[in-house]
Amino acid sequence: MRWRQRLGDLLTLFLLALGGVVMVLPFLWMVLTSLKPFPEIFELHFLPREPTLENYEEILFRTGFLRWFVNSLLVAAITTLSVLFFDSLAGYTLARLRFPGRNLVFILILSTLMVPTEMLVIPWYVMSAERGWINTYWGLLFPGLITAFGVFLMRQFFQTLPQDLFDAGRIDGLSEFGIFWRIGLPLVRPALAALGIFTFLGNWNAFLWPLIVVQTPEMRTLPVGIALFSGEAGTAWHLIMAASSLAVLPVLLVFIFFQRQIIEGVVLTGLKG
Amino acid sequence: MQLSLRGREVLWASIFLAIPLAFFLYFRILPAFQALYLSLYDWHVDPSQRRFVGLEHYERLWEDPLMRRALSNTLLYSLLGVPLQIALGLVLALLLQRVPVARDFFRAVYFAPYVTPVVAVAWVWSWMLSPHFGLVNELLVFLGIPPQPFLQSPSQALPTVTWVVVWQNLGFQVVLFLAGLQSIPRQYYEAARIDGAEGWRLFRHITWPLLNPVLVFSVVIGTIGYLQLFTQVVNLNFTDQGGPLNSTLTLALYIYQTAFLRFDLGYAAAITVVLFVLILAITLFQLKFLTRRIEV
Repeated sequence: MRWRQRLGDLLTLFLLALGGVVMVLPFLWMVLTSLKPFPEIFELHFLPREPTLENYEEILFRTGFLRWFVNSLLVAAITTLSVLFFDSLAGYTLARLRFPGRNLVFILILSTLMVPTEMLVIPWYVMSAERGWINTYWGLLFPGLITAFGVFLMRQFFQTLPQDLFDAGRIDGLSEFGIFWRIGLPLVRPALAALGIFTFLGNWNAFLWPLIVVQTPEMRTLPVGIALFSGEAGTAWHLIMAASSLAVLPVLLVFIFFQRQIIEGVVLTGLKG
Repeated sequence: MQLSLRGREVLWASIFLAIPLAFFLYFRILPAFQALYLSLYDWHVDPSQRRFVGLEHYERLWEDPLMRRALSNTLLYSLLGVPLQIALGLVLALLLQRVPVARDFFRAVYFAPYVTPVVAVAWVWSWMLSPHFGLVNELLVFLGIPPQPFLQSPSQALPTVTWVVVWQNLGFQVVLFLAGLQSIPRQYYEAARIDGAEGWRLFRHITWPLLNPVLVFSVVIGTIGYLQLFTQVVNLNFTDQGGPLNSTLTLALYIYQTAFLRFDLGYAAAITVVLFVLILAITLFQLKFLTRRIEV
């Protein structure tokens, strides 16, 4: 009985390790390729024979990479802050304040979750073209500033809090905004963290709308920049992999540091939402 | 002026909701109706030159071979991808649940691809899968299997793209299932064991039914994702997007090409309406037929 248990454990470990290799190998191969000089990438060596950082130098200083990185950081950061503020404010109002038409407003906001982005990008484009938003930061930002998913998520969390806390705030003479800001928000911090992570990742990854609204190289976000650069680079895989590494490694690093919070955040939003 | 407590609450609610509500009306609801409206017109930059064509675009869709191809491909992606990522995710979660050591380490390894940028990852896979110098083919040859064309072959390209998407989504599935498994009370298993249930029967009668909420969520969210597939398709075969021979073309990519490469915005709007109806219908269908009430 005991050796059967042991064998089962070993088999489990083996299968998980095998799957783990499939998960890690692409990243490993990406980094290894990025360290090779051009002719070497077509040889069968796994490790670089003459490792070089030249590919990184080329990407960092002879393409718009840094600009694209900053653009993405800017767009994702502003969007995330806006989402955190407005989604939680709207979620709080829908959960804790009584006013006529509350359910109607909630259903109206929720119904927008049904509309796929593909259906919105054409009217957004027409709107942006008419108002001069094409190829501007505002053009990149506006679609993501408030999200229905976040409003829904925050409403769920605010609903679970006991009313006494909010009544206490009123007795202490806090304004309605003070009650939201000083009593409500600190109590839903885990939900805010999860929503923040999700929103940041979503915007950091966004491809369809930035591809449409951006027209000049210096306005590109990182995904658009990498796609168009790689498309032009052709078979210069050493450069494409250096660019990919520069896009992937910072994210992996952040993930390794905060993996517990990130994974728990995903579970929180996934199961509540 | 003295406001009643009730009146104050209504006033504050309208202040708090003013900006979010205006946003949703102006950037979500209005554009959705605009898409519907644009689909009835032939596009022109000058609004006075747009010609009303009624349902002509929808009739044209019916006959359009590219539309048919995009639609069937899109459905095929979901039919392949969703079951595959759910099955693999569930197996891995069950393995993770019983592994005696390094559970958090493995969980992080499987989850890592989910947080990395989709575009960069697609290019990494496109290099790995390249027919001549790709790592995957080197490994196949090493194992005595002839090299495969993968993304260059009209019959292999769609499953290959699906695999790349599954690879990246897998960690999300694993983490969800693992949380679902851990929320099942241990007593249920102990009680069933006393009644003589073992292995498969424990899974069939306790694990599977109690995982239903996570499963329904995964199927619905997963399907919506595959029905909107775009980024991977564009980047995995950048020089022949949707190819070879339209074998990887999706509805989202066809919408993009029609609207922004051919500037046929009215016709593209009609395709987006079809995509909207498709997503809505499939989601409602899944919610109706997959949700099981659990009696404990």
